[in-house]
Amino acid sequence: MEQSLKFHSKVADLPRPVKNYLNNDPGIWSWMTTIDHKRIGVMYLVGVMSAFLIGGIFALLVRLSLLTTHHTIFGIQVTAEVYNRMFTLHGAIMVFLFIIPSVPAALGNFVLPLMLGAKDVAFPRLNLASFYLWVTGAVMAVASMIIGAVDTGWTFYTPYSTTTSGTVTLMTMAVFVLGFSSIFTGINFVATVHKLRAPGMGWFDMPLFVWGIYSTAIIQVLATPVLGITLVLLALERVFNIGIFDPKIGGDPVLFQHFFWFYSHPAVYIMILPGMAIISELIPTFSKKTMFGYRAVAYSSVSLALLSFIVWGHHMFVAGQSQLATVVFSALTFLVAIPSGVKMFNWLGTMYKGNISLETPMLYAISFLLLFAIGGLTGIFLGTLSVDVHLTDTYFVVAHFHYVMMGGTVIAFIGGVHYWWPKMTGRMYSEKWGAIGCALVFWGFNQTFLTQFFLGSKGMPRRYYNYLDQFQPLHAFSTYGSWILGAGLFLTAINLLASLRKPMDAPDNPWGGTTLEWTTSSPPITHNFEDQPVLERAPYDYRPEVVAHS
Amino acid sequence: MEQQFDTSKIGMWLFLATEVLLFGGLFVGFGLMQARYPQEFIEAHEHLQRPLGALNTVVLLISSFTMVMGVNAAQRSDKKKLVMFLTLTIICACIFLGVKYFEYSHKFEEHLLPPRWYHAQATDTVRDAQGNVSHGYGTFFAFYFMMTGLHGIHILVGIFLLAWIAVRANRGEFSHAYYTPVDLVGLYWHLVDLIWIYLFPLYYLIK
Repeated sequence: MEQSLKFHSKVADLPRPVKNYLNNDPGIWSWMTTIDHKRIGVMYLVGVMSAFLIGGIFALLVRLSLLTTHHTIFGIQVTAEVYNRMFTLHGAIMVFLFIIPSVPAALGNFVLPLMLGAKDVAFPRLNLASFYLWVTGAVMAVASMIIGAVDTGWTFYTPYSTTTSGTVTLMTMAVFVLGFSSIFTGINFVATVHKLRAPGMGWFDMPLFVWGIYSTAIIQVLATPVLGITLVLLALERVFNIGIFDPKIGGDPVLFQHFFWFYSHPAVYIMILPGMAIISELIPTFSKKTMFGYRAVAYSSVSLALLSFIVWGHHMFVAGQSQLATVVFSALTFLVAIPSGVKMFNWLGTMYKGNISLETPMLYAISFLLLFAIGGLTGIFLGTLSVDVHLTDTYFVVAHFHYVMMGGTVIAFIGGVHYWWPKMTGRMYSEKWGAIGCALVFWGFNQTFLTQFFLGSKGMPRRYYNYLDQFQPLHAFSTYGSWILGAGLFLTAINLLASLRKPMDAPDNPWGGTTLEWTTSSPPITHNFEDQPVLERAPYDYRPEVVAHS
Repeated sequence: MEQQFDTSKIGMWLFLATEVLLFGGLFVGFGLMQARYPQEFIEAHEHLQRPLGALNTVVLLISSFTMVMGVNAAQRSDKKKLVMFLTLTIICACIFLGVKYFEYSHKFEEHLLPPRWYHAQATDTVRDAQGNVSHGYGTFFAFYFMMTGLHGIHILVGIFLLAWIAVRANRGEFSHAYYTPVDLVGLYWHLVDLIWIYLFPLYYLIK
């Protein structure tokens, strides 16, 4: 911590402003009608964390049910129908209510304008509209859970989704509304990055977090409408039996899969790119070293966004698509791994010979490197047709995507929340408990999901409520891991929330960051900066002579 | 102000991109089904009323023209002309929807509907051994209703937007210094017109 005191900007020497964005203009109505991106970011944070809690509870219930071959929870018998609803709701909530909005809406909203030296996003009222769309979608999703629930899996495959009872239409319309929330956020961010940068900030002077969020926004704008129309078609099929997915009247159920994955593959890049964007901030800051290969990382973000659109068929290797299509999609899937690899090596290159300090955000960043490496590599295994034929629809796939989504994005997200916590709240959390929380999360996560690679390669199918006796020891081990993971996350949440009881005395720049958000107070004033910042220092410029003058 | 105007335009163009992708999915679906049922699609499209479709095309093109004239009037701070041209655009849009109503009722009368409700026409040649028509005919009309319906909804939304802009214009809110909403609604309207320009040949004209 001594090191970081050297990097206090001039603002830190001034008295802390009494009125900041939190206490300025109090009252619930002012928050509900705010157009301040920081307040909207905080509201999103509360929202997505609540969704994470609900989705997490479903996850624990699923794991609990799988503890033994008797499929009971606290003595109550879990039928296949109930089990199907539990994993569907876990997936749908986590994907649509939590992970897709999480980094862009909660952290991106808060940090992006600050990093660009702007007063707010390009369209503040649209930003608030995005938030209310999220809330509406969340209410609709919860309503659908309570009324009848959905048992199709979060992927809503036809023909089951068009014929099953349950509140499929309501849930898909909830996702449709959430899609618009995502689209409007994407439009806002693209326009903001193009037009609202501070004087002196060219494209290649922007922090890499901005590049990551920008690339994500491009995908949000281009891919989400396709999901929108797919869900509308699904709803029309259910309500009017319009016939495009029903083979009895001339339709094609596999068409749904093509439409669905055309969005949902880019969607997983909406999930991981922001996570990577956070890591690109954490590593240079906690290595006190400039980013190795800044341009490579910037270009890799954009190319990931674009390449993500041409690999959707790798979710359909056994769905009956042609052999030619399969081979092409497999080859393209290998290609899309290259930009990810570029980032990994650049992060490592940044750390090499850096002055590394292991505060909680950095612990999460290092965890990310390990866990995303496993997740990404196993994606290559699955992209290899001959291997995928055996591993598809097994626990291997489940383990793979949890490693990239949770071991990747969620770990990065938690690291980012810790990193920007002092900026957002004006308080420092306890480092000791932060580290303990990270250790438990890392341990619990690996115990839960590494096990599932073995389960999958031994043949345990996914989405099954029961299984053969031989799988029971591994299932039990995985479930115990989920408890440790849950405990770690719970501890982390308590640590963060407990810090809110302390006085607002966090420094403006506790970590010695070089990006513009650290030049304003913690928490910032409503208009972000006292005067329009002009960029004088490149991001990640840790050269001593530059540091001394800042 | 210039920066704000430019930024707003970027935002609107991005939204238009999402609309293109929304309709794009349906265009792709149509293309796939046409490849699957080529003969049925050719025969089915003969039932569409080409004169009415052509009339609607002309009406929308005129409405795009009146819209551009409206934007031009705003740029010249000519409030009267602006309101007049916006009103003309709305009238064209209403004519479009009226013609659409006639087209739709004709389809309903003849049972030219999605497969579940489709009634075989005498001219349908693709049948199975029992004489039942192929599902391709109904599939054509499923897509017809979905795409023209979604387009019609966008026309309706456009009418509300134009009306709102017209009311604001009447209150004197726009001039050469600030006419951003007029410009943005204009962009939206041109896209809705453009989508019809693709729909019309695809459904009514090409074989």
